[in-house]
Amino acid sequence: MRFSIYRYNPETDREPRMQSFELEVVPGMMLLEGLLLLKQADETLSFRHSCGEGVCGSDGMNINGRNGLACITPLAGLKEPVEIRPLPGMPVIRDLVVDLSQFYHQYRSVKPWLTVHEPETEVEYRQSPAERDKLDGLYECILCACCSTACPSFWWNPDKFRGPAALLQAYRFLADSRDQATAERLSDLEGPYRLFRCHTIMNCVEVCPKGLNPTKAIGEIKELMLKHMI
Amino acid sequence: MEIKSAVPRRRFDTLVIGAGGGGLRAALQLSQAEATVAVVSKVFPTRSHTVAAQGGINAALGNVGPDNWHWHMYDTVKGSDYLGDQDAIEYMCRAASRLVVELEHAGVPFSRLDNGKIYQRAFGGQSQNFGGEQAARTCAAADRTGHAILHSLYQQNIRAKTHFFDEYYAIDLIKDDEGYILGAVVLEIETGEPLVIEAKTTLIATGGVGRLFRNNTNARINTGDGMGMVLRAGFPLEDMEFFQFHPTGIAGKGMLISEAVRGEGGYLLNKDGERFMERYAPHAKDLASRDVVSRAIATEVREGRGCGPEGDYILLKVDHLGEEVINKRLPGIRDMVKTFLHIDPSKQAIPVFPTAHYTMGGIPTNRYGEVVTGVNGAEDAVPGLYAVGECACVSVHGANRLGGNSLLDIVVFGRAAGNRIIEYLGDHRYHRPVNETAVERALARLARWELKGDGESVAQLRNDLQRAMEHYCGVFRTEDVLREGLEKVRQIERRLPDARLQDHSKIFNTARIEAFELENLVDAGLATVSAALARHESRGAHSRIDYPARDDVNWLKHSLYFKEGGRLAYKPVRLQPLTVEPFPPKPRVY
Repeated sequence: MRFSIYRYNPETDREPRMQSFELEVVPGMMLLEGLLLLKQADETLSFRHSCGEGVCGSDGMNINGRNGLACITPLAGLKEPVEIRPLPGMPVIRDLVVDLSQFYHQYRSVKPWLTVHEPETEVEYRQSPAERDKLDGLYECILCACCSTACPSFWWNPDKFRGPAALLQAYRFLADSRDQATAERLSDLEGPYRLFRCHTIMNCVEVCPKGLNPTKAIGEIKELMLKHMI
Repeated sequence: MEIKSAVPRRRFDTLVIGAGGGGLRAALQLSQAEATVAVVSKVFPTRSHTVAAQGGINAALGNVGPDNWHWHMYDTVKGSDYLGDQDAIEYMCRAASRLVVELEHAGVPFSRLDNGKIYQRAFGGQSQNFGGEQAARTCAAADRTGHAILHSLYQQNIRAKTHFFDEYYAIDLIKDDEGYILGAVVLEIETGEPLVIEAKTTLIATGGVGRLFRNNTNARINTGDGMGMVLRAGFPLEDMEFFQFHPTGIAGKGMLISEAVRGEGGYLLNKDGERFMERYAPHAKDLASRDVVSRAIATEVREGRGCGPEGDYILLKVDHLGEEVINKRLPGIRDMVKTFLHIDPSKQAIPVFPTAHYTMGGIPTNRYGEVVTGVNGAEDAVPGLYAVGECACVSVHGANRLGGNSLLDIVVFGRAAGNRIIEYLGDHRYHRPVNETAVERALARLARWELKGDGESVAQLRNDLQRAMEHYCGVFRTEDVLREGLEKVRQIERRLPDARLQDHSKIFNTARIEAFELENLVDAGLATVSAALARHESRGAHSRIDYPARDDVNWLKHSLYFKEGGRLAYKPVRLQPLTVEPFPPKPRVY
């Protein structure tokens, strides 16, 4: 199978280039396994990876023009040469490794933690199965950055627009029946950029490797805001 | 006056190495107590391996049926095959309910029962009333409990303003002449630059060493880095011969299929369609302890009753649970099986085989998370050094860990170590001067991999090591095979100095990190095979064909492996609990 992989090492390269590789693949192989074999032959090829099963979110990359996780992307069915690039729109550190500082900054900015103002009870907070169901499709995010780095609004304003991943987290806490910071969370998202730069392009939904729907969550936040204003 | 190297320095009250559940729970305790805490992690915190834990965390909340901590304690002692230290086990089981409630308050999205309480499911080795009916003690967030806990703990640490050094790799501890641990030399992966982190206290929470084996359920980061650092500092590792093989890894690939699948009612079948666990564990059947189920599967395959064209796996049947239960309780498993096997578990059984999963052994500690290295029962703590989680050996898991006890272990002892460190900081208000020789020694480890030229690759040596460990130190062991295995691993150790990197660049050089990891893997491998060769009995996960029985007369003791000379020593099991009567060893049947 033929690959064309983005290479850039700031110590030796003046500019990035695409490098061709060939690899014999076996049926059922995932892209990550392919990359690891290529790295055994050329250890300078650099990329992040860890769990190998789509839960740690380390190996997000752009695969034939679409963001995804290498470890759960089957090689079978990928058009050749398979073009592998770093996640778009972020500064490249080296090869497929990007600087995610802004992505993490936006995540931290939505105060992604449960906030309860009353004294803590000595037993668990009660939450009905129906209330808990509202967190499904939100809490599973693995912070792989596939969505935010596929979002044109985030490319233009990564410092001001929270981006789909952070907004999904914002809604995860707004939707939690235990959380008591709704008003603060909503007012933190006001203004033209933080939330409202989302133009429902829906690239985030298209690429999410966990099948989550940030656009829907953003819509829910907007609706909550409206309710809150009334 | 010593001359300080030009390496930049940072100072904190506490250095935490590792950002999984253990490290983050300790860091949270410390940050909330207004200690300055640096958490160093080679990956962004939420990518730590805690994220992959599926089934749940044990606590006798009694939300589903009658339960109490004392029954949990009994099950844990029995599960450990009586090698667990009963003071630490009592402490953990007593603390469990409170800590699970604390996690819930921290935001963990546990699944819920109709009355709004935390959902609990049955897991292996759990009983009511000291060996009676099956208990349901495992608190779950669907089958993503580790993910839910790790993300919540990270979020609470952001709130508490913990200092994070993301993508920094710890090279070695700094130890002074009086034996105090004063921090570590770390490497910033992005720039390739070293940094000295001076700390009054250092907590190691670097996780297990599942990457020792070719087929394993572990992430690529689980390379025993903290264990290697401790061995190089001259301290021993405890009970490394006890390595858990999880009964249900995806056959031939290794991804974990949670015990939750059997807890929810799934069961194992051989090629004749027989529920063979009824023969091995008539009472608990598929929910016997992991060591028992793994041996049963391996035996079925060895005796020709495996499934598939090669007869080399067993089937895990789930389809009878129905789509609703699978979607609600096991969605992660459903997705993983679809991704890696292209089958729908609600229609087809899953091919499984025992897979290297969990390191019961590790850095010897007491129940406060202090590292204690004495042999023959001396319990003096190394000043300033702590360890928690899979890299540590408290020992609450003894010879075999129960499912659902690892997430519990990390939060209970993460918190306990945090509290102990706070006490220590009260008594030790000032930083001791850093030992520059120790800094130089760590930097020499960096320099060693700058050597250029031809030599074996890191990948080649790692592949050989993983194959050797799998072949010579697997589910069933014998003297001859272990002896050969030890020689193989020693050969790999001897080849290590001639290995060379081809990539000497500084910026985000992952090849260099893999070289350091390999050194740690080799040391942990030597510890594992050496201790396994020496232990002439079968206990828990350590199963010797030539010594099939447990031998409480000679072997009811912990092993301690030292790097220097590959020396082994022993210390007694702590059989005396804190407040209750001990559970004396008795035959273990499920």
